[in-house]
Amino acid sequence: MDKFNRLIDSLAVAWTKQVIRLRWLSVFCSLLVTGFIFSFTADLDFATNYRVFFSGQNPDLVSFEEFQKTYTKNDNFLFVIQAKDKTGFDGRLSEIAERITAEAWKIPYAIRVDSVPNFQHTWANGDDLTVEDLISNGRQLAPAILAEKIQIALSEPLLSNFLISKNAATTGINVILQYPEKDLAEVPAAAAYARQIVSGIERDYPDIRIALSGTSMMNNAFAEAAIKDMATLMPLMYLVLLLVALLSLRSAGATLATLVVIILSTMVAIGCAGMMGILLTPVSLMAPTIVLTLAIADSIHILISMRELMRSGIEKDQALIEAVRINFLAVSITSITTIVGFLALNFSDSPPFNHLGNMTAAGIAAAWLLSLCMLPALISLLPMRVKTAGGPHEHNVFSTLADFVIARPVKVLWVSGSLAAGLSILAFTNQLNDVWTKYFDESIQFRADTDFAIQHLGAFYPIEFSIPAGRPGGISDPQYLQKLEEFSAWMRQHPSVKHVYSLTDIFKRLNKNMHGDDQSYYRLPEDAQLSMQYLLLYELSLPYGLDLNDRINIDKSASRMTATLGDVDTIQTRRFMTEAQNWLTENTPQYMWAKPTGPTQMFSYIAKRNIESMLRGNAVAVTLIAIILMLSLRSIHLGLVSVIPNAIPVLVTFGIWSLSVGMIGMAAATVTATSLGIVVDDTVHLLTKYLRGRREKGLSTPQAIRFALNTVGKAITINTIILAAGFSILAMSSFKINQESGMLTAMAVAAALLLDFLLLPALLLVFDKKPPQQTLSQEAIHARC
Amino acid sequence: MHVVNRRKPAVTPGLMLCLCMLGGLYCSVSWCSQSPEEKGYQIAARSDRSDRGFSDSVVELDMVLRNSAGRQSARTLRIKTLEVENEHLGDKSLVIFDHPKDIKGAALLSHAKILEPDDQWLFLPALKRVKRISSSNKSGPFVGSEFAFEDFTASELNKYTYKWLGEQPCGELTCDVVERYPRYKNSGYTRQISWLDQRVYQIRRLDFYDRKDTLLKTLEFDDYREYAGGIWRAHRFSMRNHQTEKSTDLIYSDYRFKTGLTDNDFVKGMLKRVK
Repeated sequence: MDKFNRLIDSLAVAWTKQVIRLRWLSVFCSLLVTGFIFSFTADLDFATNYRVFFSGQNPDLVSFEEFQKTYTKNDNFLFVIQAKDKTGFDGRLSEIAERITAEAWKIPYAIRVDSVPNFQHTWANGDDLTVEDLISNGRQLAPAILAEKIQIALSEPLLSNFLISKNAATTGINVILQYPEKDLAEVPAAAAYARQIVSGIERDYPDIRIALSGTSMMNNAFAEAAIKDMATLMPLMYLVLLLVALLSLRSAGATLATLVVIILSTMVAIGCAGMMGILLTPVSLMAPTIVLTLAIADSIHILISMRELMRSGIEKDQALIEAVRINFLAVSITSITTIVGFLALNFSDSPPFNHLGNMTAAGIAAAWLLSLCMLPALISLLPMRVKTAGGPHEHNVFSTLADFVIARPVKVLWVSGSLAAGLSILAFTNQLNDVWTKYFDESIQFRADTDFAIQHLGAFYPIEFSIPAGRPGGISDPQYLQKLEEFSAWMRQHPSVKHVYSLTDIFKRLNKNMHGDDQSYYRLPEDAQLSMQYLLLYELSLPYGLDLNDRINIDKSASRMTATLGDVDTIQTRRFMTEAQNWLTENTPQYMWAKPTGPTQMFSYIAKRNIESMLRGNAVAVTLIAIILMLSLRSIHLGLVSVIPNAIPVLVTFGIWSLSVGMIGMAAATVTATSLGIVVDDTVHLLTKYLRGRREKGLSTPQAIRFALNTVGKAITINTIILAAGFSILAMSSFKINQESGMLTAMAVAAALLLDFLLLPALLLVFDKKPPQQTLSQEAIHARC
Repeated sequence: MHVVNRRKPAVTPGLMLCLCMLGGLYCSVSWCSQSPEEKGYQIAARSDRSDRGFSDSVVELDMVLRNSAGRQSARTLRIKTLEVENEHLGDKSLVIFDHPKDIKGAALLSHAKILEPDDQWLFLPALKRVKRISSSNKSGPFVGSEFAFEDFTASELNKYTYKWLGEQPCGELTCDVVERYPRYKNSGYTRQISWLDQRVYQIRRLDFYDRKDTLLKTLEFDDYREYAGGIWRAHRFSMRNHQTEKSTDLIYSDYRFKTGLTDNDFVKGMLKRVK
């Protein structure tokens, strides 16, 4: 036994003895510190804005903020109504649309309401320009007149496919809000008001299907999804962990002690969020679940060892001290590597992942400290009886496994190695997909309502362009308008685009109105001054809230064009945006080269930006973890070898994902670092035991492998089952990022276990051929463990 | 000017009684027995009367628009106003656009009405035609600014009902705070709160509340100058939209009064000849 191990061991023994001696004090201090940290949760609140997913430096967010300062904020509610028997737009549907329009003006922070009834219809009557609501009191109108108005709506480019479906059966009311963003209660207050409107309609018109969507509902859904997850996943998690602990420890006392440790660890994780003053999101709220899953490992490792020792007849306190001694190093290393993996999330461009990383890291650190400070004290206070049994069972499944690999190391290496390599290559074929409405599963009302809106109304995902005109007042230049018109025509024929809002449609309509509604004048005015004067006339006649200030910037040097996409995924969205930019570059003067912006654009690149920002994070995590392994195993050689079975499970997982799902969201960026920190634990346990065998007991490589698998095989299998179960529960979240993170991590830990049992021993057999330092007999080995 | 951040009037009936009792020195007995509505109307009427007899005016003004990104843009216009003494009819006005050059020469003639939508005609020089604007709701932004047309043209007494809320210091003066409610249909506002000083009875500040009854805009009136006949005019109007953080300033040059304008200068037929 070398000096380092002796030092660590004696430290662990001395520490544990003190903890057992001062057990009441240990328990009291642990509770006190945890309670203090947990008290900060009083300040916690849920984020109610999707912008929380973008850091202040995110260039997409920066340009969108600039866009919003120039025009208006873009948060919205979209009400969608349809008769359940899908009759068209009749008087009753009009009545409902008018009622929602009127009530929607009173939604807190609403600054604009657009609907078919309040559309500002312009028409000429001699030298009069009449500007009025398209429909008022639709219910009282003769059916023929209403039908005529619906026809106007259907042929109006600003409405058709946007606020009224092609078949006129479905209509929408869009509400723009301007939140002061001073109070977190703003969004819930507006959402509550909007929902009140919905329930009023549902009450008075039971045969109408009404859906409520929009970015404001999405903002509101974050908190709802998080709360739902907490309410459903956490109890399930506790149940599973309780069962696992009972089955593996077979002791009520040990189970209770374990539960206390992991509950306190999650309290520290949440308390830390309060100390950092962050806003909770469904992503950061993965932390308690993950901490529960990971924290239990420390206790289980120590308590399983203790149980084995007591089975061989060692007295309780002595077994406890010995169990802490033999696990001290492994538990510490695995905790530190996991902490490193999660802290690496600070490299992510998305703040919720920073929060998740820091909260989980704090929870893991707490679990580590508590399982060394509090667990021994609790165990010595609680009753724990284990029946003594005969010697260790030599011929278990792990011996068979060891024998299997030892017999054919090269074959195992080749088969598992090439399979892993093949799947790893496939890992890079995953497509990035982050459709923001699909972050929520169908159990969340927002998702169901949004799907309904997309299916029946058509257009849903807006892509905004602020197209400069080169000079103040330039938006009326005929060349500029001509290019705008060509651009909107190009977008309208694009398969992803359902609707285009272009200023040119207003100019064309006004030109027609100014020429006695002569259809042949439905074209752009040829003269800049004429266009500007039309605009002056039009602006003078618009009612409150329905102006063009959200379409034209104040010095009239740029106008806003909105393409609204239909049911598209992020890949199609990115393709459209690239093609649109290319079109502008090829067909317009340079000052018109606008970049797309808006929430849809931001979410389309969120995964890519996060992967880019996490590349460095992953590199740092891998390097640090390898250094930790080299230092703790005190072998550069083994430290390097261990990188292979640790890095490959993640790649293999992405490979399997690519074969089975193929689309991946921003979870992809962050799972690498965290699962690396987690899967490395099994390797650490195996390698420390392997080295103990080689160095302390002077075993040969095959003997040490057998020894290591026999000693920790059971513990790491149980541990993997716990991890897989925990992350599978996370995969049941109603939030897609959590689902994907959970599934990917569960797959990675399962893959890691297989690789640790097959590839790692094979690697050791092939590459670690040094003769043992000293030789002990088989009997002596059994006596030692 | 003292800025008050208050949604609802904080003046309770009890407080008002106290104010009335304490304010006996400058508050005549007849006023104290008035209802707040009557008192509000009287104060507004006093302010309206202080403007009587200006006959007609001509003024030039610069309009400076700012958005929350800090960009700004300017317009220049002239306003000619003809006083109509009958309180049940509105004044007549003519707005002539001078800058930017794309709208130079455009002219808007407006015959204000009390409860009906104003009659409005616009001359478009590029089209060489006069168009009558037929719209029941013209509370939208005037040439992209934070002002609605109704916000900066003379306010007609009978367009509103009133309620006196109390007194407040405003700058060096004391103001009566009067809430007013539009009587005409389709207003963009549920109510406005006006601050009218007690010395020369001019409006110093106006808060606009939107349809959901939240504070939308604040208009401050500065740089009051007195003209012959005791006519007061503010020369700087600063409008701030609290919801969008956009703002617009109107900077007036000196007014000219009694320039000899007549009804004939405010008819549709004259628009094409306006310079």
